[in-house]
Amino acid sequence: MASIIIHQEKIKNPGDVLKVCPFGAIQYENGVLSISAACKMCKLCVKNGPVGAFELVEQPLVQIDKDAWRGIAVYVEHTHGEIHPVTFELIGKARELAAKIAHPVYAVFVGYQITSKAEELRHYGVDRIYVYDQPELEVFRAEPYAAAMEDFITALRPSTVLVGGTTVGRSLAPRVAAHFRTGLTADCTKLDMQPNTDLDQIRPAFGGNIMAHIRTRNHRPQFATVRYKIFSAPPRLQQPRGEIQVMYLDPERLRSGVRVLSIESKPVVENIENAEVIVAVGRGLRKEQDLELIRALAERLGGQIASTRPLIEAGWVDPRRQIGLSGRTVSPKLLITCGISGSVQFTAGMGAANFVVAINNDPQAHIFKVAHLGLVGDLYEIIPALLQQLGSGQPSQVQEHLKTVKSEVIG
Amino acid sequence: MNIIVCIKQVPGTSDVKIDEKTGSLIRDGMDAKMNPYDLYALETALQIGQETEAHVTVLSMGPPQVKEIIQEAFLMGDVDGVILTDRRLAGADCLATSYAISQCIQKIGLPDLIICGKQTTDGDTAQVGAEIAEFLHIPHITNVLKIEEMNANGMIVEADLPGMLQRSEIRFPALITVEKDIYQPRLPSFTRKKRLAGQPMQVFSVQDLADHDENHYGLNGSPTQVMRIFPPETDTTSEVWEGSSQDLAEKLFCALQERKFI
Ligand SMILES: Cc1cc2nc3c(=O)[nH]c(=O)nc-3n(C[C@H](O)[C@H](O)[C@H](O)COP(=O)(O)OP(=O)(O)OC[C@H]3O[C@@H](n4cnc5c(N)ncnc54)[C@H](O)[C@@H]3O)c2cc1C
Ligand code: SF4
Repeated sequence: MASIIIHQEKIKNPGDVLKVCPFGAIQYENGVLSISAACKMCKLCVKNGPVGAFELVEQPLVQIDKDAWRGIAVYVEHTHGEIHPVTFELIGKARELAAKIAHPVYAVFVGYQITSKAEELRHYGVDRIYVYDQPELEVFRAEPYAAAMEDFITALRPSTVLVGGTTVGRSLAPRVAAHFRTGLTADCTKLDMQPNTDLDQIRPAFGGNIMAHIRTRNHRPQFATVRYKIFSAPPRLQQPRGEIQVMYLDPERLRSGVRVLSIESKPVVENIENAEVIVAVGRGLRKEQDLELIRALAERLGGQIASTRPLIEAGWVDPRRQIGLSGRTVSPKLLITCGISGSVQFTAGMGAANFVVAINNDPQAHIFKVAHLGLVGDLYEIIPALLQQLGSGQPSQVQEHLKTVKSEVIG
Repeated sequence: MNIIVCIKQVPGTSDVKIDEKTGSLIRDGMDAKMNPYDLYALETALQIGQETEAHVTVLSMGPPQVKEIIQEAFLMGDVDGVILTDRRLAGADCLATSYAISQCIQKIGLPDLIICGKQTTDGDTAQVGAEIAEFLHIPHITNVLKIEEMNANGMIVEADLPGMLQRSEIRFPALITVEKDIYQPRLPSFTRKKRLAGQPMQVFSVQDLADHDENHYGLNGSPTQVMRIFPPETDTTSEVWEGSSQDLAEKLFCALQERKFI
């Protein structure tokens, strides 16, 4: 049993040590210090408290045999056999990780009438593709899909399983991880491999202002989910490689309490995730109508608009256009942020942008630390001036609007 | 019909920073609140309760202070409250959390329906719901946008999949996680406050669970381990310009042109 033990005698001012714990887990009652259930085992009290006052006691654990688990498996996310691009990104990463420990890379493809589609995966350099192609697996349902994954894991004993952080992946991966009672780290933004096959997983924690480095040290397989567009897909190989192996599961094991009645595709909306140019706006915008200014710039640059969460909450912008931790991850070639402070929740979603320009009137704004090019100034002056530079392409309506905006700013 | 809603207490602010020198966390204000996504889960249960006279229980695991959010739930509707609190639960990752909650649900009695929020604002992993379902061997559907129909045996829901909307029938007992906006959460009622001031809630600890081996809970029961926490990296290649707006616009124009965006 690992726990924190307090050596009361080494603490001179009990009242002062309460502050050491960021989670308020250290309590002082009736002259006695104790630790409550709020403790997150972050060990900061051990590190930052009075010397020797807080001690972490751990019992040595029985080590599992990590050599019994080989290979890095990627779950193939798809809709009716159309492979989601996050899959290729994960395969690229899996190859990189596997090369460090000389493990094979597997892809697991679960669905119905998909075996022919598996051919495409051979162009991305996996060693073997395991296909579960049965009518019960025609559409995604957590239990049957989890059963297929369980079957694969039991048969192949992969050391690591990577799953795309989509709604499907986030429903499937936990179910399978819980089945094997093993660790799952969600939404990793960086992955690396230790020689002992421990996966180094980095993800935003505590709402995103802090990064956590996580390992699954004594359980296999180790699961990680990664969102779309965090990693880049490897180039498609001319020469396909890797074999396809078709698996079969007793339909008894594919039973489910869920029956799908219908599936329809969502109405297509412009998708900021695929946009090459994005003009994003934040609370620096004073009112909804001023969005015209942002739209004009986006239009002129052939891009789309996006925003921070407060504008979504205000109902000014469609929620699908939110960039960030609780929004979308974007990877445009150009991202211009206007009146955005650069909270970590926001920047968590823009990590993959190639070139970031920030316009903000506060020289201290955090966005300047993450932008490639920062302009300290008023968006209500800079954007109209830029639009003027960009020339005649703008509709006259916007011109009119700019005039009113300008006069309001001055007035 | 019985429903259990799993709710979590989260920090009232996400303004957690890291002190670059000491590596410690700095948190402004320690106030805590109900995870906003769980309000939708609770509202969903209350809506079903109104239609079917279902009995609703809210369950929260955490430090003793979680009673505050149970009280908040009391102000929203007629619900029973259960808390699971124990120092041995400290340091739990998703797996250990889901396991403890699934044990507590079995202690209360498996309901027809378990409803969870879509995710939390502090952990933000969105995986506890599906793990609870696995531990309880019941079906689950995540990201439910709409409940279309229900009867004593199950219900028909619409759920969000990548690029798709899926309408399915799910048989009870089952677990769902609901999307924001499935229903608009009601505000706490202050007339209820007077009436409910002292409404009791059940408090359980690890000792009360069928499996009370402490190695299955908290840090010990957590396969994942946080090795280190650190501030997010910032790209050092940044350049910041000041000057008149006209100048800045001109320079930006040139920079965009140089990079062939114009
Ligand atoms: C769990 C959680 C998840 C979250 N997820 C997200 C997310 O996914 N995406 C997201 O965006 N937020 C998210 N947030 C919210 C986030 O913490 C911030 O509140 C938000 O990003 C701030 O938005 P902002 O930059 O628009 O506003 P502010 O922080 O208010 O910044 C406005 C900026 O505009 C500048 N400004 C004002 N006027 C002008 C002007 N005339 N010209 C130029 N600059 C001007 C100001 O100096 C300021 O820097 C999340 C929060 C939590 C708790
Ligand atoms: S380990 Fe972290 S959370 Fe636990 S008491 Fe120490 S400082 Fe607080």
